[in-house]
Order: sequence, then structure tokens, then C-alpha cells
Amino acid sequence: MLDIKNLQVTVEGKQILKGINLHVNAGEVHAIMGPNGSGKSTLARALAGHPQYEVTGGEATFDGKDLLDLDPDERAREGVFMAFQYPVEIAGVNNAYFLKAALNAKRRHQGLPELDAMEFMQLIKERSKLLDIDQSMLSRAVNEGFSGGEKKRNEIFQMALLEPRLAILDETDSGLDIDALKLVASGVNAMRGPDRAIIVVTHYQRLLDYIVPDYVHVLSGGRIVKSGGKELALELEKKGYGWIETGAQPVGA
Amino acid sequence: MTQVVEKLQPWLAAIERRPRGGPRWLQDLRDRGAARFAALGFPTARDEEWRFTNISPIANAEFLPATEAAPVTDHSLAGVVYSDAPNRIVVVNGRFAPQLSRVSALPTGVRVGSLAAAVTEHADVVSRYLGQLAEFGTKAFTALNTALAVDGLYVHIPDGVVLDEPLHLVFLTTKSGATLPIMSNVRTLVVGGNRCQVRMVETYVGPDGGRYFTNAVTELFAGEGAVIDHYKVQQESLDAYHVASMHVHAARSANVSSQSFSLGGKIVRNDVVALLDGEGAKCTLNGLYLADGERLVDNHTAIDHAKAHCPSHEIYKGILGGKARAVFNGKIVVRQDAQKTDAKQTNRALLLSDDASINTKPQLEIFADDVKCTHGAAIGQLDDDAIFYLRARGLTYFEARDMMIHAFAGDILDRVMIEPLRVALEGELYAQLAKDLAEIDAA
Repeated sequence: MLDIKNLQVTVEGKQILKGINLHVNAGEVHAIMGPNGSGKSTLARALAGHPQYEVTGGEATFDGKDLLDLDPDERAREGVFMAFQYPVEIAGVNNAYFLKAALNAKRRHQGLPELDAMEFMQLIKERSKLLDIDQSMLSRAVNEGFSGGEKKRNEIFQMALLEPRLAILDETDSGLDIDALKLVASGVNAMRGPDRAIIVVTHYQRLLDYIVPDYVHVLSGGRIVKSGGKELALELEKKGYGWIETGAQPVGA
Repeated sequence: MTQVVEKLQPWLAAIERRPRGGPRWLQDLRDRGAARFAALGFPTARDEEWRFTNISPIANAEFLPATEAAPVTDHSLAGVVYSDAPNRIVVVNGRFAPQLSRVSALPTGVRVGSLAAAVTEHADVVSRYLGQLAEFGTKAFTALNTALAVDGLYVHIPDGVVLDEPLHLVFLTTKSGATLPIMSNVRTLVVGGNRCQVRMVETYVGPDGGRYFTNAVTELFAGEGAVIDHYKVQQESLDAYHVASMHVHAARSANVSSQSFSLGGKIVRNDVVALLDGEGAKCTLNGLYLADGERLVDNHTAIDHAKAHCPSHEIYKGILGGKARAVFNGKIVVRQDAQKTDAKQTNRALLLSDDASINTKPQLEIFADDVKCTHGAAIGQLDDDAIFYLRARGLTYFEARDMMIHAFAGDILDRVMIEPLRVALEGELYAQLAKDLAEIDAA
């Protein structure tokens, strides 16, 4: 589904990703781990098409299409979703109104009829239960005045509504207490399925106790330096990142 | 200096020909206005209050004081927002137009109509209030209006009367067929008795387009405990000049709100001056303005907290495209006796183009020690992070941008408590925005 080859990304003139290779199939959950500054979030944002993340080399295809050639909104409508590490507060834009516009933009793209207000509310009701999203969060402005946990729940709620084929969670666990973490994880787990791939970007192993990945990749210095199964995350938890940074040979170096 | 005087000549000639007649007190008032205008002349950029607003296109032009009201049919009102108001009182080219006005059954004692007529028919009230608030001694445009106003509107709500239906005061300028562009000096006097309650809209509109000059002065008195909800809609021709001042006097526990929507005009200057002159008087001043091309919108507000326990809230927002310029000056005075004042002022502007600009200044003068005063200004372009966030959910750049601009304006529009007015304003504003944005996208 997602094929990344030798991806190089520069942010404000500084090269962060120095050749990422990653292959993700439908139905898989991949965890990207790594120390601060290793380029985890850069990878997530570059895949989402953030304008400040400039791709200087390599390629990324999504279902055979050149992902890097698409605008961020085209990527979203094609089925790529990034849960933001820092969801943006948008004053004055009603959350439910925004969600309906986003959902219908995608449905139009898919050639499906738009949902009317009634159908939309029905869908909201159904999907909001799992993430404990209450009505007041829907009637407020997007993320405005939301607590850290509410913002992250709102991200996963959007994912549940938009049903992306590829979901990238950018440090969705950061700043969450254990109850919020479990809630978010159960929301993500409910989305797992044979047609969907999920990339979980995280610094800590903790989230992976609840969202158990099929593969774990360790990013360091802008490259994937080690890949393995879920047990790799546990090893990292025990030993820290030090042994990777000093001992491991970069993959493909 | 000679040059200045020369340029003032046509204006001085116009005030020489000012309306005569009527009661003695009115003649005195006009004479004083005329004398003050002659002494003051037009303000220049050296005048702090006019630093960023060059009104020489007005001062150097020649205008004909509108004489007779041109015949106007209902058709001219078609494009006016909220023209289907149940109570619609219309002034055409400075004169009350009874044939276009309609007033539903009003409670006993309420008076709405021509100011010129009220001067004789309601002399005791009009003579007590007219000219008492408007600062014609220091402000040239107000002095000019005081000397030249022929007519205008008069609203009197007796003590304790609650008006269910809003009043819509419409000031229309039409093509007069005159060789020179016309000027309308319109005057509005609103006297709200103690504990009265009324919602009213003042709309200034030039459906025929073209260049003309509206010089409007409104005085509004809110008696003790009165609740007055006032809206001003400025929908003048895009080539017109609009200078207006509104003066509010709020007595003890009165609650006055005035919201200004400025959509048209080439050079627009709005002054809103509110005096909170009784304990517990409350005042809300909001504004939303839109300008594009080379238009200029200047909003000057002044809230004078003269007594204790008065809250005031103010939010002004502007959306500027093209080479439009805006000025916002928000003055808040808290006098020594005005303890427990709670004043909050916010000013925000959204610049849609690199060539648009705004000069903004909060001006706080606080002489009491136990007060809460806050002010904040934010000027900028659309937030890139927010745009990206919306795009990352599948909205196009244009959809994301429009959503954010509508949200910016909606914050003020949502405060309009007259539903059909709010809907009409939204329609006007968004239509104009769509046009501006289409131009930006084409560029």
C-alpha cells in the first residue's frame, strides 16, 4: 500500500530524513520509534504533505500513486490521514461543521452522495461512543479550549469518521494519562482491519502495550537503523536508545 | 494658509446658505455649528485624531447640499438589507420620506419619524436633547452637520415602554440629477426613557452608486435601566464618502449595545462615543468592516467611564483586501470616580493581501485605581497551520480559507440579535468576500 524509497526531507534548510525505506502492506500496523530529533515526526508530516517539509529526494507511492505529487488535501481525500501531534485550534470554526465538510469532501471524491445533517448526526452518534466524545466537544470550535486529552481523542474520532486507508499517528500518546491512552488505543484498535494500514509514531513503548504493532522500526539520525517485530519495542524499553545509536549499523548505509 | 481658506470657500458659502427658520433655539444651534465649522476648518493629518485618514478628497471637492428629495420608489429599497422590517422609516437625501416609510402599531407615546417635524411638534423633548451630546464645538464634521442638517429622524420611547419589533431607520442617497455630487447632512435623535426597551437599525445606503457625501450625526440617550440594542449598517456606494459620529449617553443601569457593520464607501470614518454616566451602566460596542480596492475605513471609538461599576465590552474586526487601509482607535477613559470599571477591548484585522494595511491604537486613560481594563490587538494573515490542518482533513485550500474567513466574521455576525438582519448581513458580506477572493485567486 505504502512504498517509501530513499526518502530525503529538509526542514528550513536542514536535512532531517536522509534516506528512508519503508514498505507497509494493507492490514499491517507499523511502529516508528526513535529518540528525540531522529526524524519520526518529520516522516509523518512529510507523508501528510506539510508545506514546511520539503522532499529533496526519493519517492513515496500510495496504492501505486505518486504520493509526493499530491496536495495535502488530495492525499487526505485519497485516504491518507495523519493524527496531529499538536492539533491546531481553529477559532470560530464549529467542530461538527468542520467534520461534516471534511467527510463530505471525501465522499464527493469517492463518488458517494454527501451526507445530510440527519445522516451525519447519526454517524457522529455512533462513532463518538467509543472515544467518549460528548456533544459539547462537537459544538465547540475545532480544538479550541480542548484539554490535551480531548484534542487527541478528537483526532482519533476524526479518523473513525473519515475511515482512512492509511492512518499515521504522530505521537498521539504524548501528554496522555493512562485512562486517555487506553481510550485512544481502543479507538485505534477498533479501526484495525485487513484493508487499512496504521503507522504509529511514538517515543515510548507504553502505547504499544495497547496498540500492538506487527513491525517496529527504529529511526535514528534520519535513517531506519533497525527493524523487527513487536519484541523490539520491549527491548528498546529495557535498554533505551543508546545501544541502537552507538552499536547498530544503519540499514542500507 | 490662503490656499486652505480658498478650498474652504465653497463650504463656507454652503453654511452661509444654511437652513433658516424654525424656533429660536434651533437657529442658535445652527449658528453655533456654523461658527465652529468656520473656525475649525477640516482636520488634517496634523490632527492626532485624523493622522491616518486623509479627508482631502472630501474637503477639496464641491458638494451640493441635497435640496429636495428625489422621487424614490420601493424599488430603490430592494437591495437594502432588512428592508422588509416591520417598522421602516426612510430618509431620502437628507429628508424624511413618508411614502416609503411604514410603521406598525406602536405603543402609546412612542414617536418615530421626521426630526424636522418633531422640532415643532415635540419641541420640549427635542430642544432638551438635540445637540447636547454631539461635540460640534471641537469636531468639524459634526459642526458642519449641526449647521446644515435640514431633517433626519427622531425616535422617542417613553418610560417603561417595550418595543417588540425593531425599528429600521434607512438613510438613502439617490442620484439627484444635480451637476455636482450631493451631500446629505442627516441627523438622528433617539431619546429612550427610563426602563424602555428597543432594538433599532440605522442603515446608510446608496443604491444608485456614484460619488456623494453622507455626513451623519446620531445622538442616543438611554434613560435609567433602558435596554437599547442598536445596529449601524453602512452600505454606501463604493465611491461615496461617509463620515458619521454617534454619541451615546447611558444613565444608571442602562444597557446600550451598538454594533457597526461597514461594507461600502470609498472613505469611511465612524466615530462612536459613549458616556457611561450612571452607576452600573453597561455598554457594548462591536464592529465588523470589510474593505477592498483602495478604500479606507476608519473606526474611532471612545468609551468614557464616568461612574462606578460600569462594564464595557468592545470587539472590532476587519477584513482587508487589495490596497485597502483601515484605522482603529479605541479610547477608554476611566475617570477618578469610576471604581470597579470592567473594560475589555479587542481589535483584530485579517489582511488578505500584502498591500492591505491597518493602523491600530488602543488608548487607555485611567484615573481610578480599582479597575479592570484589558485590550488586545491582533493583525495578521490567515494562520498557515490552521489552513494545513483543514487541508489535511480533505478540504481544498480555497475551502479551508473561506471557512476560516467566515469564522472570523461570524464571530461578530453571530452577535446580531435581529435574525433577519443577521441573515441579510451574512448574505451581503459573504457575497462581497466571494468577489474579493475571486479577484485574489485570479491574480
